Parts: sequence; structure tokens; C-alpha cells
Amino acid sequence: MKKSVYINSVGSVSAQKTYDNSTFLDEIVPYEATELKVVDPDYKAYIPPAAARRMAKGIKMSTVSSQTALKEAGLENVDAIIVGTGLGCLDDSAKFVSDIINNDEQFLTPTRFIQSSHNTVAGQIALGLGCKGYNFTYVNSAVSFESSLLDAQLQIENSEANNILVGGVDELVDHHVQSHQLIGHFKNEPVTQKTLLSSNTEGSIMAEGSHFFVLSNEKQASTYAELKGVEIYNSLSLENLSSQVQSFLDHSDTELEAIDLVVMGNNGDSNFDGYYDSLNQGIFKYTPQAYFKHLSGEYDTATGFAFWLSSKIIKTQTVPDIVKLNSLEKPPKTVLIYNQYRGQNHSLVLLKKC
Amino acid sequence: MSKGVAITGMGIISAIGNNVQENYESLIGEKMGIDKITQIETIHKDEIMVGEVKATNSELEQRLGLEANTYSRSPMLGIIAAQEAIRQAGITDINDYKTGLISSTTVGGMDKSEQYFFEYFKNKEHHHHIDGLHAGDSTQKIANYLGLEGSFMTTISTACSSAANAILLGARMIKSGRLDRAIVGGTDALSKFTINGFKTLMILSDTYNTPFDDNRKGLNLGEAGAFLVLESDKIVEKENRAVLAYVSGYGNANDAFHQTASSDNGDGAVMAMEKALKVAGLKPEHIDYVNAHGTATPNNDLSEGRAMIRIFGEGKVPQFSSTKAYTGHTLAVAGGVEAVYSVLALQNNRIYPNLNFKTPMSEFNLLPETESKEKVLEHVLSNSFGFGGNCSTLILSKEA
Repeated sequence: MKKSVYINSVGSVSAQKTYDNSTFLDEIVPYEATELKVVDPDYKAYIPPAAARRMAKGIKMSTVSSQTALKEAGLENVDAIIVGTGLGCLDDSAKFVSDIINNDEQFLTPTRFIQSSHNTVAGQIALGLGCKGYNFTYVNSAVSFESSLLDAQLQIENSEANNILVGGVDELVDHHVQSHQLIGHFKNEPVTQKTLLSSNTEGSIMAEGSHFFVLSNEKQASTYAELKGVEIYNSLSLENLSSQVQSFLDHSDTELEAIDLVVMGNNGDSNFDGYYDSLNQGIFKYTPQAYFKHLSGEYDTATGFAFWLSSKIIKTQTVPDIVKLNSLEKPPKTVLIYNQYRGQNHSLVLLKKC
Repeated sequence: MSKGVAITGMGIISAIGNNVQENYESLIGEKMGIDKITQIETIHKDEIMVGEVKATNSELEQRLGLEANTYSRSPMLGIIAAQEAIRQAGITDINDYKTGLISSTTVGGMDKSEQYFFEYFKNKEHHHHIDGLHAGDSTQKIANYLGLEGSFMTTISTACSSAANAILLGARMIKSGRLDRAIVGGTDALSKFTINGFKTLMILSDTYNTPFDDNRKGLNLGEAGAFLVLESDKIVEKENRAVLAYVSGYGNANDAFHQTASSDNGDGAVMAMEKALKVAGLKPEHIDYVNAHGTATPNNDLSEGRAMIRIFGEGKVPQFSSTKAYTGHTLAVAGGVEAVYSVLALQNNRIYPNLNFKTPMSEFNLLPETESKEKVLEHVLSNSFGFGGNCSTLILSKEA
């Protein structure tokens, strides 16, 4: 018998003030911008200043979100640490490359190179906790976080681990934003929360963030929801999308009508939001719909924000007005997250109230 | 249901050969692939030795039918290795069973990014490389070449244990019924980024690397693509596959000691080997040969050696060798390269020599094999350790 997978805690550092688990999008940070930085928590409360000085932003954000998640779950250690990151501590990588070019391969120091290794965050958390268990890092663009979720689900279902710290993190880096603006992946003209989806221009708004969760085989007082299913698809055509969603739901023993809320990854890219529109106007026409990238911005592990949002929605049984995409309402007991990036790396994640 | 997961195909391109057969011939012919660097212009070219794939980018492009300078080197090496693996398995329709692609890399398309990093803002000529930096790009390109659609696909980056972890994940997904087939491995090309990075860590040897030698001076960087096809018992039976060997055990642990160095006693390595033996249902004395990580850095070989003694017992460590002296350290792919070599060892009942070994290490009494030897092998253990404390062990077996 496969074991159930519970989401026992959350931790978030994002472009919204989400680091405090006692609040839930009570105040929204407005913007008119082409990129979004996180609302910084008080890092000093988590990291000694001397250590923080050379520490990559990705590690700093993840220290806060992972400690928040561990604390809420009432755990001092876990059986496994699994992290997803599209680009790792990219700021250090970019600076190391610049230094190589500008200094003609001379006078380089190791710190930036070491932090460039994609598994730095998972390694640093393990080091901090003294956690010698299973340790993994997934780096597959927009499904990096979902890969981590899927791995954790496998381990808990098969009794390989009881408590797992799962997360996703990515940094906002100038060179990355500017170079991707050149090729239309990010918008060149500022947008606001309200205009992101209606901008009718190509690209999205680049951001950063770090989300961590404790997944467990046991339900407890802090539990948010049950993770019922995760699936990843390298590519899907518009024509096959609805049938693939249907087959995912069949596989998860969930009727289409049982979905109380779909959380969609619309990012305002006029070239690719059609995937979401086709579902919203198709099989989910009569389902309450929500979106989140107008709050989180776009990055490879932005679905960490969607997972945080869905967990909070289920636990509090409230859907904040700011995330609603249509006016339909149902008590949110079963929530489906759908995301894709530039027509590739599609993912479906199903959560249920428990 | 059998315990192990069947390996039905493999492919490799490395410094010692452009396919599986060439690699095997170099291994038994004691032919090293380490030399001066030729494909990258670096000021360190006279101070380092590397294990380069013996092909220029244009030769690789021609082989794949690509226009000049469309892909970075990592995806090209990965495609070549994955294609060979698929061919050997006898797969004609990649989408006929539930298939997943699990790749791994540390640098992805860094070789091109570092070349055009500032040029992107001056002209448009190389803009197609901008999106080639991220690690998932090489995996998507391999998937496209193989014709994978609507499939599970991911990429792992746990430094030098990455490909071992790709194999581990593929085996777990098949065992749990999530996939019928997994194409697992990795690809990493040399870049200025890694050359300079390892240079700052001062662990690059200026001559041929000498694993487990008391006078070892560090590692030689290498590059490679290596993939295995893992298939479920259902496919093996239905398609009447020839099984090359089985992934019988796997273990993953973290040393939790230091961001770049291994602990003196090899705690993480010990745990990874213990877990792998447990999954395989084997005792240490069942292991016939260890393909060690053996990077030839002072730190790794000491830590790994101590860990082997802790697992197998003083004086009871099985015959072992590191093949890094042949290929250099291929970073993310090392576990994939060495899984291919371990399967070849099982198929041919052959132990490879640990080249360049002269002086035993002073800290313990461990002697690697120095000659190519015939020996009946049932179980081979392969280690891969990396930055971030990541330690992984695979056990490959002749029978399920």
C-alpha cells in the first residue's frame, strides 16, 4: 500500500511579503517594472552577518525559507533534502565568467566558482543541519521544483523516507535579464500587477524567490494539504493538452468536476499564454481559476510560489481576490496547478484538503 | 519481480573513444586519453592536461547534421551517447512505452556562454546561444533528437555524482512503475569556467593524474557524454531484449562536512556504499571489483580509501581501480562513464588497471590493480562523490 504524502509546512521568500507564515497576502507589493526582487526578510535573524557577507542570495533566501518550513513542521532534521533550481546561484556564475573574461583568466578566487555549483543550496542546508541523508538537486528549467516534488513523493510512497525538505530557488541576475530581453523572453517595457496578462507583448517579468516545504508520511496539526499527484512532460502540443490533463486526473482518481480551483502559470507572454487560455476556456470553463505570476513574477522555480499559494488556500479555505482569474467560487478542497514555460516543460500538481 | 533493473543499451563518447567499443579497446589496451588542451583557448594550456573528446565541434556538428555553431558542445556529446545507447537496446519507437529521459550536467552550455557573454549586447549573431546556458537546455536537445514527446524529463546536478544519481533515479522510477524505460546518464563539455574554477581550488595536476598514489598531484579535467537505457521486466520479456547487466543497488548520502572537501573518514561515502549494498541485498564480500571515484586529488583518494576500508574491512578491500587516469574527471558524467565501464567489466570478466600508480599511499595499506586482469565478476561497485558533500554508489550485477 502506497503511503500518503502530506505537506506539513511551508516557507517562502518571494516578491511578496510571504516570509511570515502568520499572514496570507494581507498586503500586496505594487510595482511598475520589468523585473521583481524579493521582499527581503531580516536575514540577520537567520544568518550571522560575517557568514552572510559572501553568501549567495540564493543561499540566503533558502536559509530563511527552509528554516521557516522546518520550524513550522517542528523538526530539527529531515531524512532527505531535495532542491530544484533552474540556474543555481547564478549571480556568482555570472560574476565568475565576467572575471575570467575581464581579467584574462587571472586573479580569480574560488568562492564564486564554488557557489556556482548547482547543488550549493542543497549542500549548504545539509551542512547547516548536519543532515547526512539523501541529497539531490534538480536543474531542469521550469520543472526543477516539480522534479523535487516527484522525487519526494516517490520516497514517501515507497517508505524510503518519513520527512523530506523539498524546495525550489532561483536568483534574479542582471546579465540574465538583459540577455534574455534581447531574445524576447522577458519584457522590455514595464508592466504592473494589473497589466501583466493584458500587456499583449512577448516575454514575461523576471523575478526570484525561494520556497521550501516539509513533506511527510504523517499528518499533524500543522498540515496544509495532501499531495496527490505530480507529473512532468517535456513537451505537449496544444491539441493534446486537454486529454493529457484528463489522463493525469484519471490516474490520480480525481474527476474533472471535483477540481475546485485551477492555479494557472499565465505569465503575460503573448506567445505562450494560449496554453492556459485553451484550458480555461475549455475543460476548466466552469471551474474557479486563479493565477499567481503577477505576484511572484516568472522564474524557473516560480511554481514553488504556486505550491505555497495552493497550500495556503487549502489550509485557510480562502482564495484571495487578487489571485482570482474568474468569478466562479467553490470551497477549495481540491486544487490543480498547471504550468509550462515557452511551450515546454509542462507540469501538473494536484493537492487535496485532508 | 526481479530486484535489479535491466540495462539494455549503453553509449559513450569520451577521451578514450567515440563509442562503447573504442572505449573498451582503450581500457584493455591501457591507452590513456590525457593530453594538452586543443579545443579551448586558455592561458593555462601549458600548465594543465585534460581528457578531451578527440573531435572538433565541426566534426561533431557534421556527425549530427547540424549547421555550424548551433549547439554548444555538451548537448552534442550527450546526443551521440544517447543515440548509441538507444541503438544498442534495439529501440525503434522511443514513444512506444512510457519513457523518461534523466540527464545530468554541471556546465550545460557554458562553453558558448563564456565565449559570447558580452558580445550578445553588441550584435545578434550568437543570440541563439543565450538560452543554451541553463542545464535543462542540453537535456531538451537530446529529447528532441530522440523524438521524445509528452515524456518525463529532468536533469540532475549534484556536481561530480550527477550521472550516478540519474541512474539511481531511473532505477527507482522503473521499480515503482512510474516509467517503463529510462534513458539515464549525463553530458559535460570542457569549458574555461571549469578549468579556471578547479584552478582556483588548486586541485589540477600539471601532469598525468595518478589515482591512489602517494605522490598524486590532483586531477585532470575531462569531458564526455554517457547514457544507459534501463528497461522494465515487462519490456525485456515482451521485446525479448538482451540484458547487458542489472542496476542492483544504489545509495545516496551527504557527507555534510564541507562544501568542497570530503571528510577525513569518508562518512558520506560509507553511507552511500552501505545503502547500495542494502538495496542490492548483498554483503560487502559479494563485491568482486570496485570502480573507485579515485580522482587523484589528495583529499578524495584518502577519504575514499578510508571509506572502503570501513566498508570491506582492513585487508579485505576487493580488487579496485580508478579509470580517471584514462578519461580525466568528466565531472557530472563520471558516474555514467564508469557505469558503462562497470557493465563492460561484467560482460567481459575484466578488471581495468589503475594507470600511473607507483607509490602506495602512506596512510593505509591499499594497492589498486595495476594490470588488466581477467576475473569472473558477478557484482561491481562504482563510487561517485562531489562538491556539496554529494556521495553516490551504484552496484551493477551480471544477474538480476
